[in-house]
Amino acid sequence: MLKKTLLNAAHRALNARMVDFGGWDMPVNYGSQIEEHHAVRKDCGMFDVSHMCPVDLVGADCRAFLSRLVANDVAKLTVSGKALYSAMLNDAGGVIDDLIIYFLTETRFRIVVNAGTAEKDLAWMQAKAAEWQLDVSITQRRDGANSLGIIAVQGPNARAKVWQALEPILPQAKAATEGLKAFFAAEVDQYFIASTGYTGEDGYEIMLPAGEAESLWNALKDAGVAPCGLGARDTLRLEAGMNLYGQDMDETVSPLDAGLAWTVAMKDEREFVGKAALTVNGQKQQFLGLILLDKGVLRGHQKVVTAQGDGEITSGSFSPTLQHSIALARLPLGVQIGDEVSVDIRGKLLKAKVTKPVFARNGKAVQ
Amino acid sequence: MSNVPSNLKYAASHEWVLVNDDGTVTIGITDHAQEALGDLVFVELPEVGAHYAAEKEIAVVESVKAAADVYAPIAGTVTEVNQAAADAPEAVNADAYAAWLFKLKPDNLADVDALLDAAGYQAVADAA
Repeated sequence: MLKKTLLNAAHRALNARMVDFGGWDMPVNYGSQIEEHHAVRKDCGMFDVSHMCPVDLVGADCRAFLSRLVANDVAKLTVSGKALYSAMLNDAGGVIDDLIIYFLTETRFRIVVNAGTAEKDLAWMQAKAAEWQLDVSITQRRDGANSLGIIAVQGPNARAKVWQALEPILPQAKAATEGLKAFFAAEVDQYFIASTGYTGEDGYEIMLPAGEAESLWNALKDAGVAPCGLGARDTLRLEAGMNLYGQDMDETVSPLDAGLAWTVAMKDEREFVGKAALTVNGQKQQFLGLILLDKGVLRGHQKVVTAQGDGEITSGSFSPTLQHSIALARLPLGVQIGDEVSVDIRGKLLKAKVTKPVFARNGKAVQ
Repeated sequence: MSNVPSNLKYAASHEWVLVNDDGTVTIGITDHAQEALGDLVFVELPEVGAHYAAEKEIAVVESVKAAADVYAPIAGTVTEVNQAAADAPEAVNADAYAAWLFKLKPDNLADVDALLDAAGYQAVADAA
């Protein structure tokens, strides 16, 4: 039995093509995934991401707990509302999940974790809180009573459309959120409005009482926001060079080999789970982009042949913005940006160029 | 509901087959297949003159989402390919029965008779 978000009926009413996404019945597109992709780069689109799991931390030791739990350093969170992207590692330095932490008060933080990893994440967090004997209560907010829906509204016109849709029900939303810089959140009544996202565009991710999700969805639709499925979400995040858990990294992959070194705060004395393993192992591969020069489509698990040895594509698809196939790949150390390499596609070696692992953001190609 | 024209024959692997007056057959992917794949962005066609056994991989269609093999519904030799479909794969999404992929000279034209008719293919598509 597939799990459903509270927007399931709304997706079906829009004739969405539904797929089993890690046990969730989710929309992959509402017609053309490429048109949905362009809507987000050029105007505004919305995604139901209510399958992702908000986790509330409450207690005197929230900050001490997170300081040991995740690889990035919550000491960077000094202003209420600020968000931090981090990996949560196991003792071997592999990635249990990637997540966003929102700092609200010294006794209240919110984390959002991936859908498919939520149960193991919660079990891991509960076990660590008990082991370290810290005062922190950990409560998931996805299922059951007090559950939250999440709608991501992304694109250059996203903020204005959100204010327009919220005007009748939450008129103070505009004043409360128009000053939000990237990677902040504001709580407005029962709504949690964050300037975060997974597309490389401006916009908001809105968490709200689950029972109100469908009315906001419909209000956004009436305001002209394009419903977008997980298909467009994947090509948008790939162009933006954002990792997908389970594809670009997992429990067997070090964040240093998955392009996440910028999120790992190694330098100071702080101890966190996985730090010792990262210190011993160091970086073994580099995470870079590829643009296919021949015709075809790059896909995950294809072999990349370089002068320094073989690498592997972790995510690949067609880029609607570049009109070429692009990929993220783990490549041997020593490969340089600008190098020409070969990718084994069904036994043929096709030419690709090595790039920075980012292809398009803010409506424009960056390669 | 996808479109399944009654004048064509079908393979359960989602190809359609049209018998031409000159004894060749024209082959493409069904409307159901294009809809399941989503926006197509790449088509790899076989070489003219190459021979394929029935149910052998003969072409590849790739959408943004996934790659899918196209199989030879019957044994035969490639006589012609539709380069326009390779140059503009979105044409297959727009009309899967107009945007054919390749033509075969069948080893045995009677092999077409063993393929599914529209009702038979509709049942396959509905079960997918």
